[in-house]
Amino acid sequence: MNMSAVGKAPDYSALPLSDLDISDPRMFQFDYWHSLFARLRAESPVHFQPNSPAGPFWSVTRYEDIVAIERNTQVFSSEPSIAILDPEPDMILKMFIAMDPPEHDDQRRAVHQVVAPRNLKEFEALIRQRTAAVLDELPENESFDWVTLVSRDLTTKMLATLFDYPWEERNNLTAWSDMFTNDERITAGEGVPREVIVEHITDCLQRFTELWHERKDDGKEAFDLIRMLQADPNTANMVDDPLTYMGNIMLLIVGGNDTTRNSMSGGVVFLNQFPDQMAKVRASPALIPSMVSEIIRFQTPLPHMRRTATRDVAFGGQQIAKGDKVVLWYVSGNYDEAAVERPNDFWIERPNVRGHLSFGAGIHRCMGNRLAEMQLCILWEEALKRFRTIELVGEPERTCNLFIRGFTRLPVRVTRF
Amino acid sequence: MTVVTFVQHDGSERMVDGDVGSSLMETALKHDVPGIDADCGGGAICGTCHCFIEVSGDIPAPDSQETAMLGLRPDRAENSRLACQIIISERMADIKVRLPEFQM
Repeated sequence: MNMSAVGKAPDYSALPLSDLDISDPRMFQFDYWHSLFARLRAESPVHFQPNSPAGPFWSVTRYEDIVAIERNTQVFSSEPSIAILDPEPDMILKMFIAMDPPEHDDQRRAVHQVVAPRNLKEFEALIRQRTAAVLDELPENESFDWVTLVSRDLTTKMLATLFDYPWEERNNLTAWSDMFTNDERITAGEGVPREVIVEHITDCLQRFTELWHERKDDGKEAFDLIRMLQADPNTANMVDDPLTYMGNIMLLIVGGNDTTRNSMSGGVVFLNQFPDQMAKVRASPALIPSMVSEIIRFQTPLPHMRRTATRDVAFGGQQIAKGDKVVLWYVSGNYDEAAVERPNDFWIERPNVRGHLSFGAGIHRCMGNRLAEMQLCILWEEALKRFRTIELVGEPERTCNLFIRGFTRLPVRVTRF
Repeated sequence: MTVVTFVQHDGSERMVDGDVGSSLMETALKHDVPGIDADCGGGAICGTCHCFIEVSGDIPAPDSQETAMLGLRPDRAENSRLACQIIISERMADIKVRLPEFQM
């Protein structure tokens, strides 16, 4: 295990199956994961790895198998965690993404309202205006980092907009989000120990609790996620249950951050790799919504989610034992030749383009999907209006994290019309 | 021949002929009836073809997967169904389907 030299892909086709390490985030950092998952899909689609920094786990890599497990929530539970790491007993946050029905359904319905399309319309104009301002500020004819100046900045401003978070403190939102997913055990040691994450969770909860109390009954006619929770009878007292309040805040912050941010970066990379598709969307901006779905498939910003077997079960020719971790590799399902036509092509007019697994499937399918799509559509509508060229001028640098597929740096140059 | 009437959220109506073997979701897409997203393409795993059955003859009850997905809808009603799970059969009575304000 763990034989991969930094930056260099192991020879996945030559290693014995038992030597494949599916827990090493460097496969995403150095972008050599394609051949690993292609081998697993072909030879060991339900695959057991006995040792990893996150313990033993199964990997499920075919599209159809992932969907089958997502449907079977009684046998493949989302509790106690949807991350490969188990929650620490000192702080078990309650979030519905890591609950099963019926409790899951009640909590999700309540929070779902806040990102319902009816509410999104309220935010659209403001998001568009802030997106336009960010793009108007970009330097012309010189290289800049798209991750910092566009993807990070925009997602931070959008999150601050959605929470009506104090503007001057908005970078805390992104810093917290990064911290929550930065456990050293899923980042090849580059992240932080669990205790540091807990300190940040405490800070975040404290600030959001203050905001809740400031806003409660202040009589203002305003519209933000905190006030929406306060207005809904099902969540009106959520602040009294800090583990639930913090769980939902974390879900909204993380869910609305890395995912959209990295899809904003990925789009630039793909449109540069496939210039014919850039030409297509420029000729027909009506293709932007379809392109956005294809960007989300191609990027798969959350490469996996984890389930836990509630009983011994035979699946895909394997015997999964009660309590085993079962990791669903969306990133593999999204590139499964058996389910996706020409999966390695970035194809903005793809039939059934929304049928990807990046949002998951079944009852835990991403609740913020329409918001994410709206943000990405606005970005590309505004960017294609302004920029004659959006050119990748250097090698992208990628995130070293098993749970996040993304970019840390993207050198880009733009020219305006 | 089963006639399917789709009623939009704004009240406008559209009547189309349903093909035996097709789902209500496929029928809507075939005739460019707006209001149904059908992200997953018919597997009852996305919930974006939610609709309300206003008038119908006997139709099979939802299975457990469809029931689970319907359970997530904040706007669920007694007559909520996923359009992808209702397949038009021979001699099926005409059916009237109301679409929600939005899919999510």
